[in-house]
Amino acid sequence: MAVLVGRATRLLVQGITGYQGAFHAKQSLDAGTAVVAGVTPGKGGGRVHEVPVFDTVDEAVRATGANACVLFVPARFARDAALEAIAARLDPVVIITEGVPVHDAIEIVAYARRQGVRLLGPNGPGVTTAGECRVGIMPWHLFTPGPVGVVSRSGTLTYEVVAALTGAGLGQSTAVGLGGDPVAGTSFVEALEWFGADSATRAVVLIGEIGGSAEEDAARYIARSLKKPVVSYIAGRTAPPGKRMGHAGAVISGTEGTAEHKVAALEAAGVAVAELVSKVPALVRARL
Amino acid sequence: MKLHEYQAKEVFARYGLPVQAGVVIDRPEAVRDLSIPYPVVVKAQVLVGGRGKAGGVKLAKTPAEAEAHARAILGMDIKGERVGRVLVVQAADIEAEYYLAFVTDRGARRVAGIASAAGGVEIETVARESPDKIARLDVDPCLGVLPFAARGLGRWLGLDGTLLDEFTRIAATLYRLYWEQDADLAEINPLARSGGHLLCVDAKLVLDDNAAYRHTGRPPSEEMTALEREAREHGLAYVELDGDIAVIGNGAGLVMSTLDLLAHVGGRAANFLDVGGGASEESMQTAIELVQRKPGVRALFINIFGGITRTDDIARGIVRRPPRVPASIRLTGTNEVEARRILSDAGIAAGTDPEEGARTAVAFARGKR
Repeated sequence: MAVLVGRATRLLVQGITGYQGAFHAKQSLDAGTAVVAGVTPGKGGGRVHEVPVFDTVDEAVRATGANACVLFVPARFARDAALEAIAARLDPVVIITEGVPVHDAIEIVAYARRQGVRLLGPNGPGVTTAGECRVGIMPWHLFTPGPVGVVSRSGTLTYEVVAALTGAGLGQSTAVGLGGDPVAGTSFVEALEWFGADSATRAVVLIGEIGGSAEEDAARYIARSLKKPVVSYIAGRTAPPGKRMGHAGAVISGTEGTAEHKVAALEAAGVAVAELVSKVPALVRARL
Repeated sequence: MKLHEYQAKEVFARYGLPVQAGVVIDRPEAVRDLSIPYPVVVKAQVLVGGRGKAGGVKLAKTPAEAEAHARAILGMDIKGERVGRVLVVQAADIEAEYYLAFVTDRGARRVAGIASAAGGVEIETVARESPDKIARLDVDPCLGVLPFAARGLGRWLGLDGTLLDEFTRIAATLYRLYWEQDADLAEINPLARSGGHLLCVDAKLVLDDNAAYRHTGRPPSEEMTALEREAREHGLAYVELDGDIAVIGNGAGLVMSTLDLLAHVGGRAANFLDVGGGASEESMQTAIELVQRKPGVRALFINIFGGITRTDDIARGIVRRPPRVPASIRLTGTNEVEARRILSDAGIAAGTDPEEGARTAVAFARGKR
């Protein structure tokens, strides 16, 4: 078993004819993922790395049986492309695109809920099940199959943690990237529910960052409902309040959302919080 | 991006929301040319909150008094922000103060309408001390704010008759403004009852930068330093801090953990630049140039973990624009074999361990080579 994607995944890539779309479609193919179709309006009939390209999602699904979707389209086209994939009930729908307007994200999230489709992103690294399936942009070579689930708001920190786990001889089940935007398709709580139900996952690493209250919500859920051990790392302990920290826009305002607040909430829920990424593997090992 | 009150009120007026007649000026003498009936209120235009307590809002009964207030407020420092403009508006007799806002609710991943009869003070304080004085409206993005829902909020505030009608129209209009202008926050505080009508005495708009491409008429942002603005124009996120090590990373999470790591090994970041996802060779060159321009930078720490970012593009950028200050480079991920070859061909060392990279950067900043 795995979370969200695995051997049964038949992936459709929206924006496969672009620079990033073509590159990462190839990386996924090389990882053994069944990339069965691409969609770029106006470029139907072509091929990218032997993968057939269609003008619409509907045509692609009928011709190839695609059942999951990843988006590499530019921000101003992401709303339409995501709604098209959700309308076709592809599941999951994974939005890699950075810079999607927040109101577009609100509409995409609302429609995904209505259709019962699981949504990752926008502005996320995708999802990878070690040894089985790569959807998105995570570097495949970092992964090794094993019992540790990883969930994160940050792409690059996911890679750091996966690399550290692999380096310590600890394999991963699935790594789920939620995306760093203010409005995202999946919360920590939802991802923890999936890991809780996944027989391949025996422990979870939760990578959080300052801003918002998603980590505090996760802490409440862990204390109440999760039977598996959780190790966490929170980025931004030394970030100054009131500054927007980089592209994704993590920002501290008031007391809610500070690193101290999140660490305290998680520790109270029985979560081991690592001070540095490099300290994550030892904490995981002690709890397996 | 946060707008000044006078800019937000220009948008409000365009939507037909009731705002007082007012003029924005940047020198005290300009008060003499205004044709606003007295008394007036002179209001500092700053982006930080709490200007009233800081003495940035003053009532004036005569032109001479208004000019004196303008002279005192212009140039004033409010929480580190210099006042460059004041808004002069006709004073209103305020009988009651309400609060009304639409805001992007991250947790609920929706839009929330928020109303309170305890207006005129900071809503965060009301939320903390008496949460029962706040009403929330969960807005379905497919339907928007329906008249019955707005009326319900108005009744909860205790309004009736023509005031209820006015409130219903204001709430629906404010939501439409919030949505059409791609705002993160559209706030009226206070929404005042004055002379039997409702009036937007203050206005706050925070706009979503990601949506800037579909709003051509937006004013330039005044929140950022010159370097921060220049970075933004290149699609880079730059933030100034107060240490001596410049930091370039990709992704907000990695950048923040890099700052934490530097602090852990005894260093301090001078600034940081997030090149974001999929940085190109050109944007890397711009990044190196920008972070070194801040005075007092003694070392550079480049920390890149390539996912969508190809580390070979990063390496080519570094080779084209070799840093002037000693640089510690940590680079791993997508295409890293090629990246390492490009750097070593140019005689540039790069490691793979972030903590080692951070220690090297701190040593460089202390003058060790």
